[in-house]
Amino acid sequence: MKQVQATANSLRQGPDANGHFGMFGGRYVAETLMPLILEVEKSYNAAKNDPEFQRELDRYREHYAGRPSPLYLAERMTAHFGGAKIYFKREELNHTGSHKVNNCVGQILLAKRMGKTRIIAETGAGQHGVAVATVAALFNLPCVVYMGEVDIERQKPNVFRMRLLGAEVKAVTSGSRTLKDAMNEALRDWVTHVDDTYYIIGTVAGPHPYPQLVRDFQSVIGEETRAQMQKQEGRLPDSLVACIGGGSNAMGLFHDFLDEPSVKMYGVEAAGHGIETGRHAASLNGGAPGILHGNLTYLLQNGDGQILEGDSISAGLDYPGIGPEHSFLHDSGRVSYVSATDEEALEAFHLCSRLEGIIPALEPAHALAHAARLAPSLPKDHLCVVCLSGRGDKDIFTVASRMGLRI
Amino acid sequence: MNRIDTVFADLKKRNRPGFSAFLTGGDPDAATSLALLKAMPEAGVDFIELGMPFSDPMADGPAIQAADVRALAHGASLKGVLDLLREFRRENAATPVVLMGYANPVYRFGYAKFAEAAARAGADGVLVVDLPPEEDGELRRAAQKAGLHVIRLATPTTNDARLPAVLDGAGGFLYYVSITGITGAAAAAEESVRQALSRLRQGTPLPLVVGFGIKDEASAAAIAKSADAVVVGSALVQKIADLLDRKTPPAQIVEKVAAFAASLARAVHGARDKAAA
Repeated sequence: MKQVQATANSLRQGPDANGHFGMFGGRYVAETLMPLILEVEKSYNAAKNDPEFQRELDRYREHYAGRPSPLYLAERMTAHFGGAKIYFKREELNHTGSHKVNNCVGQILLAKRMGKTRIIAETGAGQHGVAVATVAALFNLPCVVYMGEVDIERQKPNVFRMRLLGAEVKAVTSGSRTLKDAMNEALRDWVTHVDDTYYIIGTVAGPHPYPQLVRDFQSVIGEETRAQMQKQEGRLPDSLVACIGGGSNAMGLFHDFLDEPSVKMYGVEAAGHGIETGRHAASLNGGAPGILHGNLTYLLQNGDGQILEGDSISAGLDYPGIGPEHSFLHDSGRVSYVSATDEEALEAFHLCSRLEGIIPALEPAHALAHAARLAPSLPKDHLCVVCLSGRGDKDIFTVASRMGLRI
Repeated sequence: MNRIDTVFADLKKRNRPGFSAFLTGGDPDAATSLALLKAMPEAGVDFIELGMPFSDPMADGPAIQAADVRALAHGASLKGVLDLLREFRRENAATPVVLMGYANPVYRFGYAKFAEAAARAGADGVLVVDLPPEEDGELRRAAQKAGLHVIRLATPTTNDARLPAVLDGAGGFLYYVSITGITGAAAAAEESVRQALSRLRQGTPLPLVVGFGIKDEASAAAIAKSADAVVVGSALVQKIADLLDRKTPPAQIVEKVAAFAASLARAVHGARDKAAA
């Protein structure tokens, strides 16, 4: 969490005082929540300028989460594609198995600082839920995680992990019974328990200041990548590739490099069965701007403004929205937003497991799928960093069932 | 003069609290919804809050969410709600109607286009739950130009520091959300509402309307002692759900929901008489 030096043409100075990234972002919440999110913002601004907060954050990052995560040259994958040098930013090696813990450690320290005594969260794949349950256990705070009934069914190992950690997992049966509905329920819980509860949002979306503070807590990914690449190759990377559901691992990787024009960036959305089928979770490539969950951003929706259900093999990408800063970076053209289908992600999942001995989560398998498209035609001195945002243990049942196997 | 202002001026003259019914537009289907709307004025409803259904109604509890789901399943849309209102206005020129809903369908429709279309259809006010004052500038200007009041929400968490922001640009009445929670949740204590309203009255001359958590005649009458009007929503749409569960024919649904509304209206209208007696 470095202090950002805002310069006139910097892409890194957003959001503005009201949480807008261009036309996106903002605070679209009912009045009951307004005083709360204003308080979160005030507390966060004070915390980030407090060296003691930063010291504590650094201590948990290093000794609890296990940072820095390695930047690893994937030699067999590089040889297989025969082009660009593929580096993995190994976020799957973090405690709890994904990048989600970076954000949770930061937010629980903020919750503690605000004197909150109860933690709530939403989760899709369960990676964020597990990370929240983990830090809630560590800080001895009661924790309720809202999770769609559909996701509970397809992510059983993570549900059990949350329960082992002492969290209460509440099944959400409304709407499409997935991540968006879990977020609705978490917001309902929050307006009902405004005095004692802190809501740990898991991605760079939601009302201001969440997109900013989650990004700041995740920016350690890009900051480390810059230093590690400098050490290993003596220069900046040429391209960055990350998967996007809400977009927190991508924002975390990209943010430090936004003002480096030589660094190309690719955000990879979930194309599900294919964008053209309408059964996908690609908000930027198949949606339109709208307002949901506290922010204005690209959304999957029909012509009447009703929110549509996402569709992806990866529960973590199955969200009809995207962080507002990504919407801004999309419209400004700074980042290229592409997509990968379920099939392409599965192929990359198997390839990475066999070639590198790393079973990736299905979410970053989408990023790997795009790297597989890019790498072969790029020169051998091109440095491409793929964010390996999570490990795939949680997905083995989904993959087995796709292979027609029961395990 | 906006119908909302006319009705509150009249209520004030008679020292009588008003009663408002919330119904989701298109619930359970367009035809029954229209019949329900038409039955409200005769039931004694002073003004109607007409919900614009949304797939993700985050500030609402299970009853209103289910109503939105029912309406959407029967093809409801924002345009469809405006059509309903236009039909209602063919027979009723007096009862104010406030369109209530969430930002996305309105944003998608276009703020300016929506304000004009709503005014033409016969709306008197608009309340968009997730458009706080910080974000409602574009809609507010368009609505005011079209002669619609922009209704704002105040809640128990709206402190003195925040209240001026809420009141800036507010029109028609101030909707006081009596609890920190979602629609249909537990009712607020009469005394805490009375105290909150007395604090709000120091900041605004607008009529104060109380909603959320008022579900029967007794709770409506209790709140009506200190409020300028009370709103019942979840209890009414839950009645629709219960009647649908029992396979009640549409005509009887309308009759029974109107009877419930009439009973609530009587309780509210008589609340201060009883208090005086």
